[in-house]
Amino acid sequence: MSQIRELYQEVILDHGKSPRNFGKLDSANHESHGHNPLCGDTVTVYLDINKGIIKEIGFEGRGCAISIASASLMTEVLKGKNLQAVSSLFDCFHDLVTSDEGSLGDVFDNSDLERLFVLSGVREFPMRVKCATLAWHTMQAAIKDNEEKVSTE
Amino acid sequence: MSANTAVKNVGSLKTESEFDIHRIREDFPILSQSCHGKSLVFLDSAASAQKPKSVIDAVKYCYENEYANIHRGVYQLSERATQMYENTRVKVKNFIKASEASEIIFTKGATEAINLVASSYGESELSEGDEVILSRMEHHANIVPWQLIKERIGIEIKIAPIDEDGNFLLQEFEKLISSRTRIVAVAHASNVLGTITPVSDIIRLAHAAGAVVLLDGAQAVVHGDVNVKELDVDFYTFSGHKLYGPSGIGVLYGKKSLLNSMRPYQGGGDMIRSVTFEKTEFADVPARFEAGTPNISGAYGLSAAIDYVSDIGMNTICSHETGLLKYATKRLGEVNDLSIFGVADNKAGIISFELKDIHPHDIGSILDREGIAVRVGHHCAQPLMDWFGITGTVRASLGIYNNEDDIDRLIKGLEIVKGMFK
Repeated sequence: MSQIRELYQEVILDHGKSPRNFGKLDSANHESHGHNPLCGDTVTVYLDINKGIIKEIGFEGRGCAISIASASLMTEVLKGKNLQAVSSLFDCFHDLVTSDEGSLGDVFDNSDLERLFVLSGVREFPMRVKCATLAWHTMQAAIKDNEEKVSTE
Repeated sequence: MSANTAVKNVGSLKTESEFDIHRIREDFPILSQSCHGKSLVFLDSAASAQKPKSVIDAVKYCYENEYANIHRGVYQLSERATQMYENTRVKVKNFIKASEASEIIFTKGATEAINLVASSYGESELSEGDEVILSRMEHHANIVPWQLIKERIGIEIKIAPIDEDGNFLLQEFEKLISSRTRIVAVAHASNVLGTITPVSDIIRLAHAAGAVVLLDGAQAVVHGDVNVKELDVDFYTFSGHKLYGPSGIGVLYGKKSLLNSMRPYQGGGDMIRSVTFEKTEFADVPARFEAGTPNISGAYGLSAAIDYVSDIGMNTICSHETGLLKYATKRLGEVNDLSIFGVADNKAGIISFELKDIHPHDIGSILDREGIAVRVGHHCAQPLMDWFGITGTVRASLGIYNNEDDIDRLIKGLEIVKGMFK
């Protein structure tokens, strides 16, 4: 499969076109805005966190297929997770989209990471990594109730 | 061999009647490479143009044969470099038809040139409540410097509107002019829409109200003849790197009477007459505005670039680009779900467009893998994007070396993009 096909896999195109958990979450008790000044993409992540667990998660925004799909997949994977698991998934996802393939040996031991693996093709497109990580950084800021707008720059 | 002959002997010497695109392409070494296994289609000259061999050779010639700091050395190398640097000033003067070489200030590029005017002229001539008029299609480089002055002085910034096609609305502009209007700063050609603004009318109306006019010529100077004297423009700015020259050198043209009254923009060496710790006397223009060691090899490259385009002829370049723009506009117009932003009657070789439901960045990445280099995003014109209600566009911009094959490859690339997102 060519690198471009690997990046734009069916799953990505599907989530990019029909994102899951898209829209403002009324029950949210945490939210944060993210912005990529290079392309003008924006995302808002909403979290309903109860007793250290993400009960509900949603997002709004506009962006490229990669950023929307990444946000959509993130919401699917993080729903129901405790904050410790979220933190370790964040680190693993970051490695997944930035590191060499060799360092991802244990990816397939974890079904969540396996699900996120479709985004690993972005490694071959250094200019697009920020598209994939914007929602994740914004989610992390929302947990910390960081009121400053998240920027990829 | 002097730098002048080194520069003159390399590159295409063409008359206006024989524009040989194959020979032109051969002048640009970078175009022969492949990109992701495909021959390179470069459609991003509005961001920065590629360099002909004569420009590359001129920069190399400088470092290999004639490099020393200028204006200060009493030895031969320094004298030769100084002469070349000053000859380039004369060449620029002739190129844009200024009256005197001292009206040509070398800067890092168009951005620094605008900052110089906003900072120096703005500081000395503007007071609270004075107005600067920009247009809706300005590059950030012709917005932010004025906002910095606004913060310092409290001036008003007014925005001249455009219509949906990207035409500058002259009558609306006229209504914005008031007795407080001091500066009108607009792009000669839009870097997003390609629109060539009606600069003669803008200058006439501004002058009638006692305002001065700065034209950001970064996109226009590469597209056709510029005659600052005939335009009667007060300040004109452009960058060397969009004119097939090196990056890091650009030009501010200013009328001598205005430049003479302006304070230095930066302090340092080479811009003074005498310095004591108590007091400094500034040098005359242009040295007053050229503090520090300038881009010496850049001047060699810029000189070669001006020779290169002049040998081909700006009118020839303009008609080549206009013809290709027409072809590209027609071909892109045939692509389903594609909308073009900017269809003004008078345009430089720039086409911005979007494909329905496909983000420009996705298009850019996929085209890249087809060997096609386009610009995607807001093109440093966010207020214009906001006005159109979009976050960005895909922009294909044409250079002297582009041909119909490049456009055909772009169209094919866009079909691949659409196929992937079907």
